[in-house]
Amino acid sequence: MNESTTLTLQPPALTKPVSKADFVSGQDVRWCPGCGDYAILAAVQKALADMQVQRQNTVFISGIGCSSRFPYYMNTYGFHSIHGRAPTLATGLKIARPELSIWVVTGDGDGLSIGGNHLIHTIRRNVDIKILLFNNQIYGLTKGQYSPTSEQGKKTKSTPFGTIDYPISPLCVALGVEGSFVARTTDTDLKHMAMVLERAAHHKGTAFVEIYQNCVIFNDGAFKGITEKSVRPDHALFLEHGKPMTFGKDGSKGIRLDGVHPNIVEATGKSEGLCVHDEKAPEPTLAYMLSRMRNPDYPVPFGVFRAIERPTYDGMLVAQEQQATAKMGAGNLQNLLRGPETWEVK
Amino acid sequence: MSNPSTIQSAKKHQQLEKVAIRFAGDSGDGMQLVGGKFTETTAMCGNDFSTFPDFPAEIRAPTGSLPGVSGYQIHFSSRDIYTPGDAPDVLVAMNPAALKVNLRDLPENAILLVNQDAFNDANLKKAGYASNPLEDGSLKRFRFYPVPIGRLNAEALAKLGLPKKDAERCKNFFALGLIYWMFDRPMESTVTWIQDKFKKVKGIADANEAALKAGFFYGETTELIPEQYRIPQAQLEKGLYRKISGNEAAAIGFVAAAQLAGKQLFYGSYPITPASDILHELSYHKNLNVRTFQAEDEIAAMGATIGAAFGGSLALTGTSGPGVALKSEAIGLAVMTELPVVIVNVQRGGPSTGLPTKTEQADLFQAMFGRNGECPVIIVAPATPGECFHMAIEASRLALKFMSPVMYLSDGFLANSAEPWRMPKLEDLPRIHVEHPTVADNFLPYSRDPETLARPWALPGTPGLEHRIGGLEKEDGSGNVSYDSENHQHMVQTRAAKVAGVAKFIPPAAVAGPPHGDLLLVGWGGTYGSLRAASEEARRLGKSVAHLHLRYINPFPSNLGDLLTNYKRILVAELNCGQLLMMLRAKYLVDARGFNKVKGKPFQVVEVLRAIEEALL
Repeated sequence: MNESTTLTLQPPALTKPVSKADFVSGQDVRWCPGCGDYAILAAVQKALADMQVQRQNTVFISGIGCSSRFPYYMNTYGFHSIHGRAPTLATGLKIARPELSIWVVTGDGDGLSIGGNHLIHTIRRNVDIKILLFNNQIYGLTKGQYSPTSEQGKKTKSTPFGTIDYPISPLCVALGVEGSFVARTTDTDLKHMAMVLERAAHHKGTAFVEIYQNCVIFNDGAFKGITEKSVRPDHALFLEHGKPMTFGKDGSKGIRLDGVHPNIVEATGKSEGLCVHDEKAPEPTLAYMLSRMRNPDYPVPFGVFRAIERPTYDGMLVAQEQQATAKMGAGNLQNLLRGPETWEVK
Repeated sequence: MSNPSTIQSAKKHQQLEKVAIRFAGDSGDGMQLVGGKFTETTAMCGNDFSTFPDFPAEIRAPTGSLPGVSGYQIHFSSRDIYTPGDAPDVLVAMNPAALKVNLRDLPENAILLVNQDAFNDANLKKAGYASNPLEDGSLKRFRFYPVPIGRLNAEALAKLGLPKKDAERCKNFFALGLIYWMFDRPMESTVTWIQDKFKKVKGIADANEAALKAGFFYGETTELIPEQYRIPQAQLEKGLYRKISGNEAAAIGFVAAAQLAGKQLFYGSYPITPASDILHELSYHKNLNVRTFQAEDEIAAMGATIGAAFGGSLALTGTSGPGVALKSEAIGLAVMTELPVVIVNVQRGGPSTGLPTKTEQADLFQAMFGRNGECPVIIVAPATPGECFHMAIEASRLALKFMSPVMYLSDGFLANSAEPWRMPKLEDLPRIHVEHPTVADNFLPYSRDPETLARPWALPGTPGLEHRIGGLEKEDGSGNVSYDSENHQHMVQTRAAKVAGVAKFIPPAAVAGPPHGDLLLVGWGGTYGSLRAASEEARRLGKSVAHLHLRYINPFPSNLGDLLTNYKRILVAELNCGQLLMMLRAKYLVDARGFNKVKGKPFQVVEVLRAIEEALL
């Protein structure tokens, strides 16, 4: 059913291999020194080079915000669009050109506030595009207002007495609309980020990746308590398909289900009874439960929450077109002009 | 049963040049359907015609209520006609509400045919009648024919053993049969249609056919209606014709444009009255390289259209005024990124949700100015339903040639109004030339064609031409982000000059009537028919009046300023409060006057004629 290809691999005989440097555009990168976006940019460029992706068939599309400057720095086709609307341009482009590999770069404000509607409908349709949502829990480009993922009570320029908004969870949203590939990674772990990006690239359908990204100016250290090396073992849970869920130093702790509730249990040397990760589960229940786990009660899960096969929007569109053409025959413009009934004036 | 249409009527005949009939009933009564069938038969009879459906925004307002009245008017003639007719010569009213809503439009001595069975106490009350108008003598000024359509229809269908409710639903065909008789029209094509439409439920097909024929025979036998009317064939230009509405013509026009350009057609849209029919029509043509996308909202439809244009499709979106409002920011993006997109605005009454099913021309300023920044787009406006086809090709040609958004201003009247359309031959349609660069050396995404100022359209997938575009100001040539003040002014002026330069590539404006004279009547878009008819009538009355109808509004045709100086007075007639008027006054410093109407209805010929006469005083 799925006619489109996510990636067009470089035929080695025809062209020389591409390197990470080939994906670097000539434009000066203008993020703040120390911004987490640098690490993500480098990881994406390296991942595409590692997969020998063809630059000319790759398009990066973004909205507005710090993260949305991303396409300018990629030596591929790129489109820096308007606030929140990147998924709509990506959808239109994918419909017109299913053979292209299309990546959307967005942020917590761009993707979940102004662009929330497009995000959910794009994921719902399972358009074969990759969406990277850089979550820094703050508005950076507009200089420090709270975002839809900011924690309640956060004091920002627009909330001097603390925000009274309840935050939204990007992964809960993606799973709620039946996302076929849902993952989380962090700008502080290049290896993990490379693994997740590669998995996303190879997924047929909408691949949604939340990337914890540090805003060094307006929300520095937002994820420090989870991702910093010293605390990571106890505060982060790295998911692996088919493996029991363990964390802590040397896997000393694990997750066991008590009914539908996850419990943290002592796991040194014993994995039986622990919850085993199943990213391919047809129902998103387990993935959703994982997406609800947060500090301080639980470790924060990283990795691929869900990866299922499902016909893509663009694939079904092309298939329907072929079926209709087989049934009705190739279209004829003169017949179209004639319409259902004609008469002749002599 | 013998074929009734071949029966020579025993009644006397009167020959007429033209007639306007209005079918009116409850929105569930099938008035649009019988109006459409009468139109098809009229087309086959060789008359010129123009139709205008007028229906409520509510799908099914309470039965019998005034807001639930749906009407369909057809004007047909043995001469050229331009409008659906100011007032009906014949009104068919299926219930008291339909009578009440439409009676004010009915001139004295017109034929008034009512379904008297629907005039019961309950329906009279719903329509707000204190007494039964059929009995109080108030209808004496008309040729009034009360017909017990409900009862006669039930009797005619009694043998078929249909449930009462199903039989009752056929009464619109009884009324159609009677009108067919009255205007001496053949029933064959409608019978064929009925049998095909209801082929899965033979009982219903036979019942509708029986109702149609019963209506026809009733006309022949009743003593109530003394005569039949004949409208001879019109002298139309030779060729193959079909009936076409503006929305149909626009849809197939864009399919044709894409084929003429050798492009895929992309249509991204969100359902909205009165534009949705374009989406319906295009979604069917999957075997003609047409890809449609029903987006989650108006903004997404515009974004997807821009994405498809970036990918190399002939990309368009269609909506009405409220949708254009939502798309505005993205249209600005298309202006900044200089991508070829067409935005179809089937205008309706505003502001806000306004009058969704009624026509208006009040979105001209929105098309011109409704975006942030200096943000010019090309604007075209078809003048007739058939012209919606040709202007679709024209809009596409300009978008592709100039790498610019084009606003295509249709309206609710054009969208739903139908007329005979002489089909063009494929070989007569202009090919649209499109080029995409492939050479990587010194490629600059914002370099310009010296003649048109268009930038190159390099498509993803082309090796070596990888480039980035976006909504931030572009450096001339390279297209890189630039905040340089000199560059910004240069780019603003360049975008404006590009659109202004379109004037060199469009036909000059032409007037109908004297090249110099007392008055120039100026209009644009869907008011063409009324203005044309009124100006012809004025000339017939000996007045020195010419008519200029603009299809290109931004930029104006380059000879427009000169044309305006050839007349002592200028009258600009629009279904808004004077938008084109203000543009003409601002640009050409002429003392033009406006004739404006915002009632959700097209101009009547007679009111335009009156305005012409007043302007000449």
